[in-house]
Amino acid sequence: MWKTGAALWDLRVTPRCPYLWSLMPMQLCGVTTGVVRVTTVGDVTVIATESLSKRFPRVTALDRLSLDVGPGVTGLVGANGAGKSTMIKILLGLSPASEGRAEVLGLDVATEGAAIRERVGYMPEHDCLPPDVSATEFVVHMARMSGLPPTAARERTADTLRHVGLYEERYRPIGGYSTGMKQRVKLAQALVHDPQLVFLDEPTNGLDPVGRDDMLGLIRRIYTDFGISVLVTSHLLGELERTCDHVVVIDGGKLLRSSSTTDFTQTTATLAVEVTDTDAHPDGTRAVREALHARGVEVLDSQSGLPGAGHILLLTAQGEETYDVVRDVVADLGLGLVRMEQRRHHISEVFTNEDEQRKEAVGHGS
Amino acid sequence: MAVEHPVTVPSGDQTRIHNIGYRTYDGPRLGRSYATRSLYSQSLRGAYGLGRSVKSKVLPMLLFVVMCVPAAIMVAVAVATKAKDLPVDYTRYAIIMQAVISLYVASQAPQSVSRDLRFKTVPLYFSRPIETADYVRAKYAALASAMFILTAAPLIVLYVGALLAKLDFADQTKGFGQGLVSVALLSLLFAGIGLVIASVTPRRGFGIAAVIAVMTISYGAVSTLQAIADAQGSSSAVPWIGLFSPVTLIDGLQSAFLGANSAFPGAVGPSNGEGVVYVLAVLGLIAACYGLLMRRYKKVGL
Ligand SMILES: Nc1ncnc2c1ncn2[C@@H]1O[C@H](COP(=O)(O)OP(=O)(O)O)[C@@H](O)[C@H]1O
Ligand SMILES: [Mg+2]
Repeated sequence: MWKTGAALWDLRVTPRCPYLWSLMPMQLCGVTTGVVRVTTVGDVTVIATESLSKRFPRVTALDRLSLDVGPGVTGLVGANGAGKSTMIKILLGLSPASEGRAEVLGLDVATEGAAIRERVGYMPEHDCLPPDVSATEFVVHMARMSGLPPTAARERTADTLRHVGLYEERYRPIGGYSTGMKQRVKLAQALVHDPQLVFLDEPTNGLDPVGRDDMLGLIRRIYTDFGISVLVTSHLLGELERTCDHVVVIDGGKLLRSSSTTDFTQTTATLAVEVTDTDAHPDGTRAVREALHARGVEVLDSQSGLPGAGHILLLTAQGEETYDVVRDVVADLGLGLVRMEQRRHHISEVFTNEDEQRKEAVGHGS
Repeated sequence: MAVEHPVTVPSGDQTRIHNIGYRTYDGPRLGRSYATRSLYSQSLRGAYGLGRSVKSKVLPMLLFVVMCVPAAIMVAVAVATKAKDLPVDYTRYAIIMQAVISLYVASQAPQSVSRDLRFKTVPLYFSRPIETADYVRAKYAALASAMFILTAAPLIVLYVGALLAKLDFADQTKGFGQGLVSVALLSLLFAGIGLVIASVTPRRGFGIAAVIAVMTISYGAVSTLQAIADAQGSSSAVPWIGLFSPVTLIDGLQSAFLGANSAFPGAVGPSNGEGVVYVLAVLGLIAACYGLLMRRYKKVGL
């Protein structure tokens, strides 16, 4: 189960990483202004938020969100309006949080925004490119805006455009580029100053299936080949499964789940059971649960925030017998067994918004 | 809130294998003031179409030439006829050429700020070390500098010509200095007004039209009212009316303090007392433009 809203600093001291404790005082007091280039792998926490809230006059965009994100590629997933972009703006130090605190690379977003923005890259979700200049000119200019001296800006622009896959076309005005090429330019300007971390806001938006796969591959390489940690947002869960080391799911500004993708997609010994209701047992699901309990088979707590989980019983199969027990219990109660199947955890289970689920289905089908 | 570190990265492992193709950057990061200066120089060059398409060089370059040609002709005439004085005062030149200056600011203010707003490039700037104020200052300084180049260049032509024609050195130097102060104020004022208007009209065409309208309509209205007031004998109202257009503001200020002959009806500029009001109005407007721009960009955010 995933506890939401638990205090961040408690959770840091987990048996898994006992040495974290020694780092805490330094990171907590927020005086680590002198952080130089530390390779992301050595860093323990890339992003940490604690009860982070953002309230606009009419909506609460983020609601007491506590997160602790390590190095690697992290997906931030949620339906439109879930608060993903708001989160990035706060992490860039551009929008003050209403409540709570956040650190990026050990720097406090409230007081050290400029230092953060020197070390991170940002790719916005919307178009941001002037059509009448070439990719080269634009990225060189943006490199200088990040503080790179003129020569370094030119060299790194040439390198970065090559890494994102823009070659001859980089001398032509951006106005004539395809969506895929524009996305690459947007990515290049976020990487050109060799940041320690990049925020990519919906980088696959508007891309066709091939373009999306290319972009996802590129995002993976940003970490594995370039050593730059990534926070990438998407409203499609499916596409981040393969790309990310972690997925954080938010909904309505609340943390729904934060976990490693291997957890999400492992084949498990979990059985999903769905039964019909009868007059004798108007709540068939509940009757089965109680009967199973009496036979010593525990049904997993389904309060995991999964929508519709109320009608599906999840239980751990101890072996072939478990199937028999379930079959017998359901038959004894006179209920119909709608399905009983071994489950593969799929991250889209945590998706709540039907609309988005539909979109995801479209995405998968293409 | 289960938060593990990626399985591929054993915690605490300090080694990292890079793809040979990717080079990290360990050189200097020059920070905020360097970035602001870079934005300034990029915007200043952009105001003359440098670093942009050939098409965008045409108008600013043409206007620059149009500004300088009359000065060159005057100088040629003065030298050839061995005249005792230049045909126009240094302070008067910009007033005569105001249409060209207005056209320049109307075309380049939107170029400078509307593009960034329209194509949503502004958030990219603010995702870097520079702050709102740095952006506004760089853009304002760049356009004001570009306008100063436009308005000071013909004065330099006049001054060099005057020296070649062996006109009185002290006289000419004083006039030239007064002219430079006047066009510096004019550049700040026009650039500020142009940028404020352009920053609220992301569509470039509207921006151009709006700036031209504000500059020419205000001048037309003010000079008409001044003429009516003068004709009806209430010439004391003339200087007060002059407070309501950018061109007449500069005209009044320089006739009060920079030895200029006023272009107001009857050639009567404001008195020294009224001139103080002009100075305050000009400085106040420049400050107001800066403040409005700051407010505008605070809202843009991301
Ligand atoms: N500047 C703002 N003023 C008011 N409400 C905002 C503002 N920015 C975002 N919101 C609201 O906050 C919520 C989260 O928005 P956002 O972070 O953009 O979501 P996402 O990026 O996940 O689609 C939405 O309901 C949105 O309408
Ligand atoms: Mg968004």
